[in-house]
Amino acid sequence: MKKDLHFYWKLFYSTFLLSAFTFGGGFVIVPLMRKKFVEQYGWLEEKEMLNITAIAQSSPGAIAVNASILVGYRLAGVLGSVVTIVATVLPPLIIISVISFFYAAFRSNPVVNAVMHGMQAGVAAVIADVVLRMGKSIVDEKKISSVLVTLGAFIAVYFLDINIIIIILVCGALGAFFALRREKSRKERS
Amino acid sequence: MVYLQLFWSFFQIGLFSIGGGYAAMPLIQTQAVDLNHWLTMTQFADIITIAEMTPGPIAINSATFVGIQAAGIPGALIATLGCITPSCIIVLTLAYFYYKYQDLIVIQGILSGLRPAVVAMIASAGLSILFLALWGGVPGIAQIPQVDWVSLSIFILAFACLRIWKPSPIAVMFGAGVLGVIAGFLTGDLKL
Repeated sequence: MKKDLHFYWKLFYSTFLLSAFTFGGGFVIVPLMRKKFVEQYGWLEEKEMLNITAIAQSSPGAIAVNASILVGYRLAGVLGSVVTIVATVLPPLIIISVISFFYAAFRSNPVVNAVMHGMQAGVAAVIADVVLRMGKSIVDEKKISSVLVTLGAFIAVYFLDINIIIIILVCGALGAFFALRREKSRKERS
Repeated sequence: MVYLQLFWSFFQIGLFSIGGGYAAMPLIQTQAVDLNHWLTMTQFADIITIAEMTPGPIAINSATFVGIQAAGIPGALIATLGCITPSCIIVLTLAYFYYKYQDLIVIQGILSGLRPAVVAMIASAGLSILFLALWGGVPGIAQIPQVDWVSLSIFILAFACLRIWKPSPIAVMFGAGVLGVIAGFLTGDLKL
């Protein structure tokens, strides 16, 4: 694969189009990236894309951004990742900028207000559905500790107004501690 | 200085939104509404609604929206930059170790430890949006009967659709918007 101008342009516009026309966030865009870069272009191996997905989902931040950084880096180093980051961020940046400029003028329009009024009830339902699905997967683990952490974290955020970052740090540290302990006892047994 | 504050706020949002998708939502609420007052609660609910209807991650969409409200286009660019900086550093560092040791046991431990907390935090932010949509804010016991019946009906209908047929959220949002307009005509708020 030649790293000429044509290559960077192809990398840019394919990433740009993926970002511009993918609704539904990281869990939708990553399979589409696989289709484009593994199947269509043959730029990446299947296994490589699986690794990229695992790392993108394990890192903080938006999964779509994480995955595009890694794809760009694998293909063409730092310059490649700059190209893919810009191509991923540009579509939402442009679309929301345009909406923002109309927002102030349109928000007081009665029809727009009625649409937003309905949609806010709709988004509340979408989030309730997401919370219920994620909550069910935690209850299905049948680990009492996970359920207690969920309840405790909710009380801490909602009623006690404790900073979210503190909760994330504490829960993350506990998770790391138990993972290391499990790993250690597994090694001792074997 | 507003640019520095925007960068730092979205840096924290990028750094601590773990698990993708809605995980950024409670952090955006904390930074943009509670701490820095760049958005009102209604504007926050609006951007979450808009983000649901447009492509792109919620965090990036919100960075642009908040940045413009606080400091115009330069604000949008700086907030977006702040949001992706932690990703750039951590993803490439993690990739280095991953290719060296081929395992992510500690990281996966952190993620599984965080999952219950992330659900709780999304629930908390979601509840704020629900109260805003149905009562215009957190209701006291006495205000519970003053619920917005139109919003409550749309919420129940949308929720039932999502549970039963699992349609795409965008279709549900679109339907909710149409119902909002129809209800506007029925209640007389809108006239031809």
